[in-house]
Amino acid sequence: MATVFKKTQMLTDTPFHYCPGCTHGIAHRLVAEAIEEMGFQNNVIGIAPVGCAVFAYNYFNCDMIEAAHGRASAVATGVKRVNPQNIVFAYQGDGDLASIGMAEIVHAAARGEKITVIFINNAIYGMTGGQMAPTTLEGQKSTTCVYGRDSLLNGNPIKVCELLATLDGPAYIERVALSDASSVRKAKKAVKKAFEYQRQGKGFTLVEMLSSCPTNWKMTPDKALEYVKNDMQKIFPLGVFKEVE
Amino acid sequence: MAATKIKKELCKGCGLCVTACPKKILRISEESNDNGYFVVENFNPEECIGCANCAVMCPDCVIEVER
Amino acid sequence: MKKLMKGNEAIAEAAVRAGCRAFFGYPITPQNEIPEYMSWRQNEVGGTFVQAESEVAAINMVYGAASAGVRAMTSSSSPGISLKQEGISYICGAELPCVIVNMVRSGPGLGGIQPAQSDYFQAVKGGGHGDYHMLVYGPSGVQESVDIMYQAFDKAEKYRCPVMILGDGMLGQMMEAVELPEMKDISKLPKQEWAVTGKGRGKTRKIINSLYIQPDELEEVTHRLFDRYAEMAKNETASEEYMTQDAEIILTAYGTVGRIAKSAVNMLREKGIKAGLIRPITLYPFPSKAYNDLAKKDAVKQFICVELSMGQMIEDVKLAVNGLKEVKFYGRTGGNVVSPEDIVNAVIKEVK
Repeated sequence: MATVFKKTQMLTDTPFHYCPGCTHGIAHRLVAEAIEEMGFQNNVIGIAPVGCAVFAYNYFNCDMIEAAHGRASAVATGVKRVNPQNIVFAYQGDGDLASIGMAEIVHAAARGEKITVIFINNAIYGMTGGQMAPTTLEGQKSTTCVYGRDSLLNGNPIKVCELLATLDGPAYIERVALSDASSVRKAKKAVKKAFEYQRQGKGFTLVEMLSSCPTNWKMTPDKALEYVKNDMQKIFPLGVFKEVE
Repeated sequence: MAATKIKKELCKGCGLCVTACPKKILRISEESNDNGYFVVENFNPEECIGCANCAVMCPDCVIEVER
Repeated sequence: MKKLMKGNEAIAEAAVRAGCRAFFGYPITPQNEIPEYMSWRQNEVGGTFVQAESEVAAINMVYGAASAGVRAMTSSSSPGISLKQEGISYICGAELPCVIVNMVRSGPGLGGIQPAQSDYFQAVKGGGHGDYHMLVYGPSGVQESVDIMYQAFDKAEKYRCPVMILGDGMLGQMMEAVELPEMKDISKLPKQEWAVTGKGRGKTRKIINSLYIQPDELEEVTHRLFDRYAEMAKNETASEEYMTQDAEIILTAYGTVGRIAKSAVNMLREKGIKAGLIRPITLYPFPSKAYNDLAKKDAVKQFICVELSMGQMIEDVKLAVNGLKEVKFYGRTGGNVVSPEDIVNAVIKEVK
């Protein structure tokens, strides 16, 4: 029998530390598979954020740089500018990218930095125990909005793809979800397209992945993915928001 | 014919593969691994069509699929 | 062949000649000429220039470029350097070389734009979190700045830490005739084995990181840093002494104030007062031995520390003198600059 599915060489043997059912593991695999299938193994550098994915440098089987919280896209700018022949990806969570790192991501996009940002939006701060994130939904509970996010007190979720799509620097921006097998397959296509746009030097590319956080959402893993599909996708519609020729 | 190979020691019993399997032949077993997770098992291997939905949805690269 | 250049521009050119091929900056007076100069000069040498959205972003871009083993640099002034402190701590923790120029302006807060030396503590005691140091120089003129800048990257790579050039608004803005060094051939620079290349896989992976979740591991890394600082102290510590052989009053000052104090020494000597000067060139590692040796001399009565601040280096002077002799302070702050006459009058008041 032929192998239909096998773990990619672009992931190390280190087991993921992520919680059971956490979609970070899926996101990591998609990025690693894309790198392998597109032949970037020998010229790829990844930037790990601060957040649940802070240990990503143990998982991606390539040169990795650990960035300060929020600064991954600035670090990516620095390493890509001096090494343009390398494929550079920054892997960031919603707190990392859309809160403390908002200035960095907006300006990296506006400058059209030829990097690929993998943006994991699970609407919560996971590593630190479930605080509200910039993408926490209205009414969604967190340890810092225990009665549910109230826009009058805590503001409204930030739609990063729509926001960055208003800029001229980005070449490709898509929002996908990791909520079921077909969505995950679509997500992988988006990652490969973003990497292809980077390879062609077309500009800044970003794939936002709607993800789950079973532990801090206090849901079972499959219920959490239903929440992604039924609740998150209402506020964060899937689709391509920027695609230059 | 198709088959799933499960690396039990990596499984965290999250059940995403169970939900994703169109043929409903996966379940969380009574057997636990060293980490104390009850691991997934394929209780009806002949029914497996090798679609790999389980592997696609697995966050921990536990499942290899052949066909 | 000497060339008349502004401090900021001379430092920028010296950096390029030293092999700097990546500069990330942000506008802030009084160092603007450095990013301005680099914005076209880096292109001429096939380097990288980015005006970042903030000093925070700029230092993290340096972190990224330095991770690839490129000679990367940033410059700013006091408030901007405050914003870079977290990034500097990360750069030290990740053992990355780079150069950071601080043209100090008066503080705290928005402060002013005139020269000051009130960032001494921040530079030498560590303005960021954790146990770390940088190799910190206090050049007193444009030529000395050029000479220090020219070897700054070599030192940064040798000790795998940032080198900071602690200047001030005067140093950045004043023009002097300088001898510019040769343009280094960057293809001949030593290859940084630890740097990311994009080619690493499995065993050959390169990881630039400062996260060590296991205490023993982080303690070991920190000790490695401090072993380097000890080496640095042995090999790099530098100070200049002027007329200290028979001096009774030792003035001490660094940077541009070191030059002003030299004039004051001459003026005091004319008035029959045996003054001398010790001028630290490295602020970290501090030249403690030089001070201690002076303090042990019978002829030496007291030290007078002159700074453009409320007194920061004076603490290190006192530590070095170790109670052997009195250490007094004279300084101005807020952006005021002491004149030689001010120093002379202050000394005369002490001596009488």
